[in-house]
Amino acid sequence: MDPTSETPPAAPSSPVATGGGLATLSVEDRPAADALPLDQREVVFDCEGVGVRYDGKRALRDVDLRIHANAVTALIGPSGCGKSTFIRCLNRMNDLIPGASVDGAVAYHGENLYHPQVDPIEVRKRIGMVFQKPNPFPKSIYDNVAFGPRVLGMKDQLDDRVEQALRRAVLWDEVKDRLKEGALGLSGGQQQRLCIARALAVEPDVILMDEPCSALDPISTSAIEDLMLSLTNEYTVVIVTHNMQQAARVADMTAFFSVDQGETGARCGVLVEVDRTDKIFTNPAHERTEAYVTGRFG
Amino acid sequence: MNTAGRIAGERAGVAVRESLAGRRNRSVAAGVFLGYLLLSTVVGLVALAVLLATILHDGLPYVDAMLFTNSPSADPERAGARPAIIASILVAVVLIATALPIAVGTAVYLEEFAPKGNRLIDLIELNIQNLAAVPSIIFGILGLAFLVRGIDLGPVLLAGALILGLQMLPTVIIASREALRAVPDSVRQGGMALGATRWQVVWREVLPAAIPGIATGSILGMSRAIGETAPLLMVGAATFVSFNPGLLTQYTVLPILIFQWIKLPQEMFQGLAAAAIIVLLVILVAMNGFAIWMRNRYERKW
Repeated sequence: MDPTSETPPAAPSSPVATGGGLATLSVEDRPAADALPLDQREVVFDCEGVGVRYDGKRALRDVDLRIHANAVTALIGPSGCGKSTFIRCLNRMNDLIPGASVDGAVAYHGENLYHPQVDPIEVRKRIGMVFQKPNPFPKSIYDNVAFGPRVLGMKDQLDDRVEQALRRAVLWDEVKDRLKEGALGLSGGQQQRLCIARALAVEPDVILMDEPCSALDPISTSAIEDLMLSLTNEYTVVIVTHNMQQAARVADMTAFFSVDQGETGARCGVLVEVDRTDKIFTNPAHERTEAYVTGRFG
Repeated sequence: MNTAGRIAGERAGVAVRESLAGRRNRSVAAGVFLGYLLLSTVVGLVALAVLLATILHDGLPYVDAMLFTNSPSADPERAGARPAIIASILVAVVLIATALPIAVGTAVYLEEFAPKGNRLIDLIELNIQNLAAVPSIIFGILGLAFLVRGIDLGPVLLAGALILGLQMLPTVIIASREALRAVPDSVRQGGMALGATRWQVVWREVLPAAIPGIATGSILGMSRAIGETAPLLMVGAATFVSFNPGLLTQYTVLPILIFQWIKLPQEMFQGLAAAAIIVLLVILVAMNGFAIWMRNRYERKW
C-alpha cells in the first residue's frame, strides 16, 4: 500500500507563506502560533549528537534533532531503530533503566537536561509521558488523575483540576458520573485517554507519547489522534509510532529513524532524516526514507 | 449430493472414526493417571478427616465455658486454658507490632530500592532464603542465648514472641516480595513519568496494590508462629501459669499447654488437650480464612 495516498491533501486555505502548508489541518483549526512557519517557532528540544548505550552496547547514536513548540513531532522507523529509546531521553526515563547511559546534549528551552544539577523529577513534571500500553493505577478514575497534582503539592481546587484534565483528554463526558469507580474497568481507549488526562493534570509543557495507539482499536485510535491535534494548542507533542498513516495524519514534523548494521554486526539506531511531514512522505531527501515510507523496507 | 459423493463422504467418515478410535490406548493411560491423582488427594483428605474426627470426638465434650475462664489446675475438673489463650493472643499482637513492619520494610527495600546486582544484597537475599529453612529449635536456642540470657530479658512472653517473630520474618519477607513483584512495572513507570519520586510511587501506588498479597503472607506466617511449640520450650515458656500473663511475665501458650496436658496420666486431661486443640484450630482456621477472603476480595487482574 502506498502510505502517501493516506496523507490528507494540504489544506487549500493554507497560505503559501507557511512553506507549502501543513499536511494535517487547515489553518483555521490551528492556534495563532501556527501562523509562524514550523522552523521559526520556539525550539523546545535541541538535541545534538544524542546517543544511548545499554550496558555499554550502543543502541542509538548521533541524533541531531530540533523539536518545535505547539506542534506534533512524530518519530517513525522500523523495530529496533531506537525511536522509543530516543523519546525516553527527552524526559530522562532512561535513568530508570539500569545500565542505560545517554551521551550527547539534550537542550530543553536552552537548558541541558543532563546537567548534573538538573533533577530528573523536575524534568518529568514538565515533560509528561504516555506509554504504549495504558497503565492506569489500580484505583479510582478520580485518584488516577489526582495522583500527579497530589504528589506535586498542587492540592488547591483539586476537583477542578481533575475535571479540566479529563475534559482536555475528551474523557469527561464518559466518566463524569463514575469518577469514584476503578480505572481498570474502563475500555482500553478510555484507559489511554485517562493516562493522557493524568499527564495533563500536572500542567506539563510537553507530552511524549510512546506508541500510544498500538494497543487500541481504530475508533479509539481516531479519538486519541483528534486529541493529539487539539493538544498542540497548549502543548508540544512528540509521538513514537509504528503506523506511518498515523504520522501522516497527526504530525507536523516527522523524523525517520533506521537501523545501521556496524562492521561487527552490532545494530544501532540512527536518525536518517527529519522534515515537515508532507515532505517526508512525498519527497524525502534520503533514499532510505523513501524506501520505508513507500513500504519497500521495514 | 450424488451417490459417488455420498460414498466418498461415508468413507471419509469411517476414516475419521478409525483415527479417533486410535486414541483409546492413550485414554487408558490418562485414566490411570487420573486415578492416581485422585487417590493421592483422597489419602491426604482422609488422613486429615480422621485426625479432625478424633480430635472433635475426644475434645468437644470438654469445650465449655470453663475452658475459657479457668486457669490450668492439677484438678482436671477445674482446669482451663484462659492464661494460654490470652498469651497466644498477646503473642499475635507482639508479632503484628514488631515482625510485620520489619518484614514488610525489608521486602520493600529489597524489591524497590536495593541496587540490583550488588553482592551484599545478593548475600542478604540468599540468607533470607536460608533462614526460612532453619529448624525452629535453632531459633529457640538463639532466643535463649540472646534474649533470655544475653540481654537478660528472662523467660517472659516478650522474649518468646520476639523469637517467634524472628522465625516468621523470612516467610513474610518472601511473600511480601512476591506481592510487590506482582505489581507491574508500568505502574512504577507511570508514576515516575508524572514527576513523582520513587518513594512517592512506592508509598502511594505500589504498596497499596501489593497489600492483599502482603496481608495473606503475613497471616499465614503468623498462624504458623501461633501454632509453634519448639522454640518456646527453649526460651522457657512455663507450663503452669495460673495468672493472666503480661508482656514481661511468665507465660504459657496454647500449643505448650496442649503438650503439657497430653503428658499427664489422667484421662480427663487428654480430653482437655483435645479441647484446647480445637480452640487452637478454630483460631488458625479463622486466620487462614481471613487471609483467603482478603486475597479473593482484593485480587486484581492486570
